Amino acid sequence: MTDTTYDATRTTGRSAPPFPLRSRARRRASDTMVRIASTAAALFALVFLFWILAVVARRGAAALDWTFFTSLPSPPGEAGGGLANAILGTAAMTVMAALIGVPLGLFTGIYQSEFGRGTRFGSFVRFTINVMLGIPSILSGLFVYTLMVVTMGHFSGLAGGVSLAILIFPYVARTTEDMLGLVPDAMRESSLALGAPRWKTTLGVVFRAARSGLATGILLSVARVSGETAPLLFTALNSPYWPKNFAEPTANLTVTIFNYAMSPYSDWQRLAWGASLLITLLVLVVTVFTRWRVGEVET
Amino acid sequence: MQEVPAEDRREDLDPVAAGESPRDARSAPPAPPVPEVRDRGPHAVADPSTLEAPAKILVRGLDFWYGDRQVLFGNDLEVAERRVTAIIGPSGCGKSTHIRVYNRMFELYRDQRASGTVLLDGENLLDPEMDLIDLRRRVGMIFQRPTPFPMSVFDNVAYGLRLHYRISRSQLEERVESALRGAALWDEVNDKLDEPGTALSGGQQQRLCIARAIAVEPEVLLMDEPTSAVDPVATAKLEELVDTLKDQYTIVIVTHNMQQAARISDFTAFFYKGYVVEFGPTERIFTNPSERQTEDYITGRFG
Repeated sequence: MTDTTYDATRTTGRSAPPFPLRSRARRRASDTMVRIASTAAALFALVFLFWILAVVARRGAAALDWTFFTSLPSPPGEAGGGLANAILGTAAMTVMAALIGVPLGLFTGIYQSEFGRGTRFGSFVRFTINVMLGIPSILSGLFVYTLMVVTMGHFSGLAGGVSLAILIFPYVARTTEDMLGLVPDAMRESSLALGAPRWKTTLGVVFRAARSGLATGILLSVARVSGETAPLLFTALNSPYWPKNFAEPTANLTVTIFNYAMSPYSDWQRLAWGASLLITLLVLVVTVFTRWRVGEVET
Repeated sequence: MQEVPAEDRREDLDPVAAGESPRDARSAPPAPPVPEVRDRGPHAVADPSTLEAPAKILVRGLDFWYGDRQVLFGNDLEVAERRVTAIIGPSGCGKSTHIRVYNRMFELYRDQRASGTVLLDGENLLDPEMDLIDLRRRVGMIFQRPTPFPMSVFDNVAYGLRLHYRISRSQLEERVESALRGAALWDEVNDKLDEPGTALSGGQQQRLCIARAIAVEPEVLLMDEPTSAVDPVATAKLEELVDTLKDQYTIVIVTHNMQQAARISDFTAFFYKGYVVEFGPTERIFTNPSERQTEDYITGRFG
């Protein structure tokens, strides 16, 4: 445009399409249909979620008082009583499961991401982890039942913790592999190029780069497992007493919900609702906390 | 993307073999394919005496395989001490692959193999006996994209120092500062040493990586297209930096940018399809190439 002057009134005309155009009205109609269908599905799911939350909150809130957190359950038919023993038992078994399952999962994930990539053993491990993720949790309970409860002759908190650890393990292994896999190879190479040994590269650089994702994955898997019932039915069972050691049946919230909700006593049913709300809140708080934390790290 | 160095893998998966078997499986290729016969011209193999500096690295007959696919064919090259040697050539011609042999970075990937002779100060660095950690302390590397570690600016630079040396806090601080000065970054970050390395700009991150590399006092710096991910202003700064670094270090730089090679290098090697087509003083390569392919490439007729 060095020698011609720009004339805004002269424009090019629209050129003819090489083929007949598709109907614009139909295109718009199908767009609208897909949009309505997917929005409706999303709303439908949300409605149920909030419905559950609303019912649990309304029924459970009535049960959550001071005694709920401090007292033992009362005998059937008697008013009052709390679930302090079950809260404590669930917390203790979850911690134990995390102590066993998280390190095992972390190291398995490290193996898969850092050492076993592309090896046959590595893909075998990955396949096994995926299968374990899909195994119904009740099988973990049955397995530990035959392994520990039967051989020891009684239900125990230890068996409960182990059966939960078996559930935590594949989650953590999978998350670890995924999160370490997001760390670019250039980061590993940079560390190795400085003369760092392999383990130092993994723990000092790759692990650090993935730490927020790892923390999120671990917290979520632990929160999720703390709400499991089936594995505990066969292992920790339940107990109306304070958990004293891990060698005896141990009170826990989820089996308590199962037992009390099915019982004919309204006080027990009330406690079951309270326990349900407590577990829901726990999972909710952990989820929101990790989302918030991850968001903070990323910005 | 497999990432097991030969020695680790053997220990992990084959504990029996770890003790006795020599680690030469990788450097012994299967039946080597017959390389394409072609005249590589009088300058392809420069006599070391044509360099006006002694050869820090001397490459002879370097072949390289990705699995069964050979990608480097009989590379011969001399890298002059305390000079900048540029490696140019079209994408996929083996430039990066070639320099990744110098610190044996390729061994991270199990299907990659090299054979031939690469002498560093007269010692074959492909020798399985060569200590990898020591080799990599002596031969540092800068990558295409800056890779600051997820830690503070200070810890980034201190990382390599802590790896290799027993060093007091005050000595550490001194060395970190001098490395950052050496990378022309100190004035920009001296009040940000505790901030994460990722908070710096792209060009600053790349200079941080250079500071991190020179902190351990390497003898050779390999740069794999170090300016490809930064803007022109940062590129100019990096080029200036390369010019000052060559007083102390032997530099090999892979670049797509021919002007960059012409500006900053003393010697240039032109790679094409895995062969070193031409190698010589940069000025001659760019003004009077003796190979047709080199001339076509630097005049932009292909590539």
